[in-house]
Amino acid sequence: MPRTRLYPLEDLEDIPGTKVFTARRSRQGYHLHKFCMSLMKEENRKEFKADERAYLDKFKMTEEQKEAVLERDLTRLLELGGNMYFLVKIASTDGWSALKAVSSMSGMSAEEYSQMMQSGGRSPEGLRSIRDKN
Amino acid sequence: MARITGGIATSHVPAIGAAFDLGKTEEPYWKPIFEGYEFVKEWIKDNTPDVVILVYNDHASSLMLDIVPTFALGFAEEFESADEGWGRRPVPVVKNHLDLAAHVAEQLVIDEFDLTLINEMDVDHGCTVPLSLVFGEAEEWPCKVIPLAVNVTQFPTPSGERCWKLGEAIRNAVKTFPEDLNVQVWGTGGMSHQLQGTRAGLINEEFDKRFLELLAHEPEELKYITRLEYLRETGTEGIELIMWLIMRAALGYGVEEKHRFYRVPASNTAVGHVVYETKS
Repeated sequence: MPRTRLYPLEDLEDIPGTKVFTARRSRQGYHLHKFCMSLMKEENRKEFKADERAYLDKFKMTEEQKEAVLERDLTRLLELGGNMYFLVKIASTDGWSALKAVSSMSGMSAEEYSQMMQSGGRSPEGLRSIRDKN
Repeated sequence: MARITGGIATSHVPAIGAAFDLGKTEEPYWKPIFEGYEFVKEWIKDNTPDVVILVYNDHASSLMLDIVPTFALGFAEEFESADEGWGRRPVPVVKNHLDLAAHVAEQLVIDEFDLTLINEMDVDHGCTVPLSLVFGEAEEWPCKVIPLAVNVTQFPTPSGERCWKLGEAIRNAVKTFPEDLNVQVWGTGGMSHQLQGTRAGLINEEFDKRFLELLAHEPEELKYITRLEYLRETGTEGIELIMWLIMRAALGYGVEEKHRFYRVPASNTAVGHVVYETKS
């Protein structure tokens, strides 16, 4: 007998403002992530910076993923299968701090976000479950 | 015989590594964080192990793309610091203890952990930031390090309960290694943080502090926290805390808590850090 799950798998989609990085999403983001990991080499970072579009065209990413990279739209990239541990390599290539990169998805300015973090961060209150509104 | 004499847990925030490398440890933002590690830097001088089994997660540096192993033991002679997009951290090469690593691998498989062995990889901030925080600036790390990478990012990740059992198996494996070795197990990552979406910046101080309290005194209470609960309560990246359970279970029942530190924030993250010694 298979063991019983401790919670329904759908509950992973029940967290407000959150995309849990599942194996399916990972597959969706595979070629995007291949591009991100290529930025771990200095020569690739230089080539990307010199002509971003041409560099992106070397990867089997979707057009949507390429456009979102060009626009540095991390929120969109998350929807397209991205995971922050990969995406942060784009931010690092741009010389952005992780704080700035993460704040860009939060709907707040980098300053507001930084201030919120200094004041103890975002409370989980009301953000645990879409269904239970807690 | 080898024995586990102590354990350390710490967050492994990359920005802490950058602050360390750029000499910003005295700046007002960073100073209170580095002060939280003054204790361990002294303690480790009298308690330098022969080997650290360092439990961490790779952040899309060597793993996570083509291969996503649940538990992976580093099996090269040495590991270089990874270039995560801004150049390699200027830290010493991490050197393995291959005999112990081989023994642990053998025993863990006997204990039904189907381990992955990695013959070549670089180690990223998950591994090198804890080493910098504990040992400070060094020409060489003063001990051997066996990196143990845990998938805490791509679901399905292992459960907290499974991590607990892995820690117990590591304890048994080390105990049966014939050579006299002083071994520590370090658990890294956490505490609460979320690096994505509109919930980014989530911090749950109440959860974190309860976790620190239970980890010292009633750690078995923690092993039944589900992955979903970590995600809801501590953020998508807060689930890294399951790696602390591997460390804690490897230490056995009684520990003496030598140090506890908690501070918000470092970059996007709540920083937690503990030092334990095993009894007996």
